[in-house]
Order: sequence, then C-alpha cells, then structure tokens
Amino acid sequence: MNQARRTFLKSTSIAGAVAVAMFAGLLRTGKALAAEWNSAAFTAKTLDDAMKNSGYAGAAPSDDILIKVPEIAENGALVPVEATSNIPGTTSIAIFSDKNPNPLIAEFKFLNGAEPFISVRIKMAETAPVRIVVKADGKLYTASKDVKVTAGGCGG
Amino acid sequence: MSMNRREFMQLLAFAAASGFALNSRSALAGNADRFYDLPSFGNVSLLHITDCHAQLLPIYFREPNVNIGLGASKNRAPHLVGEYLLKAYGIKPGTPEAYAFTYLDFEHAAKTYGKVGGFSHLATLIKKIRAARPGSLLLDGGDTWQGSATALWTKGQDMVDAGKLLGVDVMTGHWEFTLGADRVKHVVDNDFKGKVDFVAQNIKTVDFGDPVFEPFVIKQVNGIPVAIIGQAFPYTPVANPGYMTPDWTFGIQEDHLQKVVNDARAKGAQVVVLLSHNGMDVDLKLAGRVTGIDAIMGGHTHDGVPQPVIVKNAGGQTLVTNAGSNGKFLGVLDFDVKGGKVADFRYKLLPVFANLITPDAEMDVLIAKVRAPYETKLAEKLAVTEGTLYRRGNFNGTFDQLILDALMEVKGADAAFSPGFRWGTSLLPGEAITMEHVMDQTAITYPQTTLTEMTGTTIKTIMEDVCDNLFNADPYKQQGGDMVRVGGISYTCDLTKTIGGRINNMMLNGKALDPNRKYKVAGWAPVAEGVTGEPIWDVVSTYLRDKKTIAPRKLNLPKLIGVEGNEGIA
Repeated sequence: MNQARRTFLKSTSIAGAVAVAMFAGLLRTGKALAAEWNSAAFTAKTLDDAMKNSGYAGAAPSDDILIKVPEIAENGALVPVEATSNIPGTTSIAIFSDKNPNPLIAEFKFLNGAEPFISVRIKMAETAPVRIVVKADGKLYTASKDVKVTAGGCGG
Repeated sequence: MSMNRREFMQLLAFAAASGFALNSRSALAGNADRFYDLPSFGNVSLLHITDCHAQLLPIYFREPNVNIGLGASKNRAPHLVGEYLLKAYGIKPGTPEAYAFTYLDFEHAAKTYGKVGGFSHLATLIKKIRAARPGSLLLDGGDTWQGSATALWTKGQDMVDAGKLLGVDVMTGHWEFTLGADRVKHVVDNDFKGKVDFVAQNIKTVDFGDPVFEPFVIKQVNGIPVAIIGQAFPYTPVANPGYMTPDWTFGIQEDHLQKVVNDARAKGAQVVVLLSHNGMDVDLKLAGRVTGIDAIMGGHTHDGVPQPVIVKNAGGQTLVTNAGSNGKFLGVLDFDVKGGKVADFRYKLLPVFANLITPDAEMDVLIAKVRAPYETKLAEKLAVTEGTLYRRGNFNGTFDQLILDALMEVKGADAAFSPGFRWGTSLLPGEAITMEHVMDQTAITYPQTTLTEMTGTTIKTIMEDVCDNLFNADPYKQQGGDMVRVGGISYTCDLTKTIGGRINNMMLNGKALDPNRKYKVAGWAPVAEGVTGEPIWDVVSTYLRDKKTIAPRKLNLPKLIGVEGNEGIA
C-alpha cells in the first residue's frame, strides 16, 4: 500500500510547496520562457480559434492515440487525463476541451525521442469532449473521448 | 392476513389442480421442501445475493411497473415489466413466480403468498441449496450494510455479523462506503479477516493509484480454481457523498479489469466471475467488450431477471445476471467445468417466500439480539396507510410521493425533490406505518433536509441532469438510480431527446415555471459536505403523526413522450 511513500511525501510537502512556488515565480519573470508562450492560442475562447492559433487545426482522426479519462468525472475540478501516442515521430501532444473558457488546456513537447505519454488533471465545468491532438513528423492526428460532468446525487 | 406455510402449500396444490399454472415441480410437490428442490448440476456452484439493503426480516417488495429501456436496451432484459416480463420468461400469471418477478395484482398476491426475504429464511434456503452443492461459494454483491434503522444505528455491524453467519465468502460494495472509508476498512481488516474476501478491482487511491482492496480472489471449488473479481459501484463518489471516501477513486476501469481477468487466468483460474455492482445495463455493455469472463453476477439496478442474458464477445461469451433486491431472491449458478473451462451451466433465480421456509434458529437469535435495544422505537405506529406504499419505478412511487408531500407541508415549500433510490420496502393497504418503515425508506448517513431558493432555470437543470443519469444513450454514463422524484411541479419528459431537451412544460400550480423567478424547494440527502438540517425521518414521522391516516397518494408523474411500444412501461 506504499504507506511509507505516502508518509514521506506528507512530511516533505511543505518544503515541496515552497520549491514549487519559487519555481512558479521564476517562470513568471522568465522573459525567455514567456516569449515562447503562445498567448493567442491559450487565451482563445472558442475551440476553432484555439486550434487555429496553436497550429493544431485540421488533424486527421487516429486510433493510435490512446486516451484514458473517466466516463463520469468524480470531481469536475480535477479530471484525470492520460494520453499516449503510438504514432512514430511524435513531437508534441496538445489537450483541448470544447466547453472550457479557454479550450486549449496544455501543450507538451517531446524532444529526442522522449516517450509521448502524458498524465495530467484538468478542470472541466461541464460535459464535453476531451480532445488530444498529436504532431508527428509535421503531421497532425487527433482522437477524443467524452467526459460527463454531473451535479451528482440520487444514485441507486 | 398472510397465510401460514401449510395454507400456502394447500393453495399451491389447489392452484395446480385447478390448472392455475405454478411450475410443474411445485405443482407436484405437495410439500414446501420440494418447492426448493433444485437439482444440482456440474462441479462449480455459485450462490448470489445482492442489494438486500439490510432487510433482516421478511418484507413486501413491489417490483416496478415503469423500468424503461431505450435504444439498444429497449424491450430487452432488464427493461421488461409486468406481462411483458411474464411472456418473455414463460411465467404464468397468478403464480408465486409472477408475484415475485412483477408488480401484477400486487396487493392480492402479497396477501396470498405473503412476505419475501428475511435473513433467517435465506439462511435455511442457502443451507439447503449448499447441501446439494458441496464446495459452493456464497457471493454478496453489496448494498448489504445500509437500508434499515438497525444497520444505520449499528454502523452496519448487524449486517456484518449476519453476512458472516449466512456464510458469505466474497463481497463487494456500494452503500457500504457511505459509512465512511475508515469504517469499511475496519470491517474488512478485522471482522472479515480470514473469513470474507472483500474485493474491488476498481477502487484505487487518489494520489498514486494504489489498490485499496484485493482486486480478486481465487477459490478452489472441488479442485477447480475459480476467480471472483470485485467490481464496486463505479460512481459511488458521484452518486453519494464523495467526502465519505475522499482518498479513493472509483470508475468502471475497463482496461484494468481486462488486465485483472488476464492475471487471474494466468494464475490458473478455470472459471472467472465478476461480482459486480455496476448495474445491469453497464454489465451488458461491459460483457461485450471485456473478454475472458464466464459470468457477471450483478446487482445495483435491483432487477430480478429470471435468466441470464448471454452476451457474445471476441473471447466467446459471458453470462450476465441480476438478482433483485431486499433479500427477495437467491441466485444459483451451476457451472460444469470440463478440460479447464466452462462447458455448460444452469441458472435459477429463486424467490425467497418466507411462508415456505422454516427460519434458521441461529439467525433468528442473532436478529432478535440486534433488534432488542431498538424494538420500542422501531415499532412506534405513526399512521395507517389506506393505499399501497412502494418506491420502485423510474419516475415516482407512492412512498416517495408521501415523502414529497411531507417535505412540502412541513417545510412550507413550493416544490420538493426526493432522490430516486431503488431500495425501500412496500406496505399494503390497512397496514400501520411504523418508525421502522420510515427508516426503511430513509436510513442514510446524510439524511439532512434542506429548503433552498432555486430559479426555474436551476430546477430544470437539476432535473435534466438526473434524467440523463437514467437515460443517457451510453450505459457507461448511467448511474443506475431512478429519476429524482418531484413534488409540486408537473412536467413532460421527452425520451426521444438528449440532455437539456427532455424536461419541458414545467408547471407549478397551473402556471408555467418562470426561468428567472425563485422558488422554495425542499429536498434531502445532500451530497455536499457540511449541510445541516433536520433528518428526513423526523420530517416524515412528524407529518405522519399529525395525519394519522394516509389516504392513497396521487402520484405526480410526468407525461412521457417516446414510449410507444415500450415494454418497460405498463
């Protein structure tokens, strides 16, 4: 049950939080990093604009992208999303959710043959597809799965 | 008055003699024991109970007359009610089986054949069936530690002890978790240790995804390794308060299930069974997608389905069963395993007719001991009902209507919501409604009542949301409860539409509901943490004591669109 690992992490979580805060601070002031952040893509308010501005529009459907999401979210504020690209030459993976205020949620770049697997938690206000777009050898591929976000209660 | 055992048998004999059906075995019988003579078959037998909802004593339970299936589920088990169900399974009307499996002629049949279930009666029946099936296993699909006053007041201890005495070998869960994660872990690590295997492949820790329980257990049955995999209710933290199990995540976990099945087979299992609390529609979909499972023995949706549904998949076939609720049925699955695999099977869902079975003395003692400290409180007569009171049905039940009426009157509300739970026993006309009966409908660990100001838009959004949990076209997105019961507001429900378009023509006191106006809405069973309010059982008992006589309820039912030719509605 990995109790030791869990206890260890709890005891170090305060120091960890400080480290994360410092890192976040560095990110905010890091001009080089800020310059690379695609503001037009991440602040776009519609799915079409977000895809267009991020360069992920017009992807072809693919069965080689594996997505793991809950059918019904246990908590819309923390929806676990896992994606794996089995497409050779994958260089990036982007996550979109249609009904989020800013539909582009994240973009991950994979350098030098890094394994194209991501596992993140995203926030969703309402039922919508979670779309994964993969760039491989300069071409775009996509797959999606619906996640239901419900008010809860009334079960069984 | 219900009849005693001898009268019951005389009636069976008479009915048979006069050409009134009954199955041939009982018709020939002439004695109660023969009614439950079930020839043994094969070499691996699994007995299955599920969703007893802590009903230790025999009860009445009226099956639904509305259990609608849409799309691929239309007019197929479990979405067949009344005469449609009888026809599909070749059960003759007017028989004990018709009484057990349908709502037909409920009041008369209930008086004739008496109460069903009861752990002492179940214990005797299980002993009899197991005597002819050496090495058999008893599986409990969960929803065992919740549903009665004594289960609530003893934090499920009465049912933990009763389950052990009954001889349960393997269990999974759902409502158990509403006692809190710590309580469940305590029982599994102490009371159940070395006696009952509590299994759940689909519960993991939120932080690292570590398993919380063993995913499966392999039992040797007459020298044959049999794997029982546990599938807890996947949407426990959605349908019930998530704060009860804050560190656990659930879900269907189909990919993981396939790995667990493969693992069990690799470890030598010749029979693989999923003990499931998914609900039958989810189980039917799952059976077509996951390979290597011989049978899914299911619960949650409380469907008394006389025969398994056989689902073909890439690996062969999987049987899917559902064994009803409230201790009313005992499922018996006999496998003939030859050459390392299942060659053939027999299945019977036996109704537990209390009048036909001599109660088990040891279980009687346990039940009497459990109830003793509470008897006076349980027996308090609050009112007399003039009509039948029941809960089960997609949109409303008379007991739910009574709860809605009580909520609206006691709270001074314009409208009321009551959850679409599927547990809760039935009462016959003329019976006294006791505190125990009220608790049978309300005994949960989050019983607070609320009075909330909601706009018409909010009311519609809630109703659409719950309706979609019932009628979403994808079974994996259904939660297995019924529609929220609505008091005060009439509406139409268009089953040809999707979420947002089903609930229409909402009217309150003859006026259309104003989307922007605020209404006072009473409710109970909040899933959010920290809500305060008088427990629902106090609200209902206050109302009943005041009324003394409860006239037959007028059900607030929606006008349904899109149910022509649907055999899930009578």
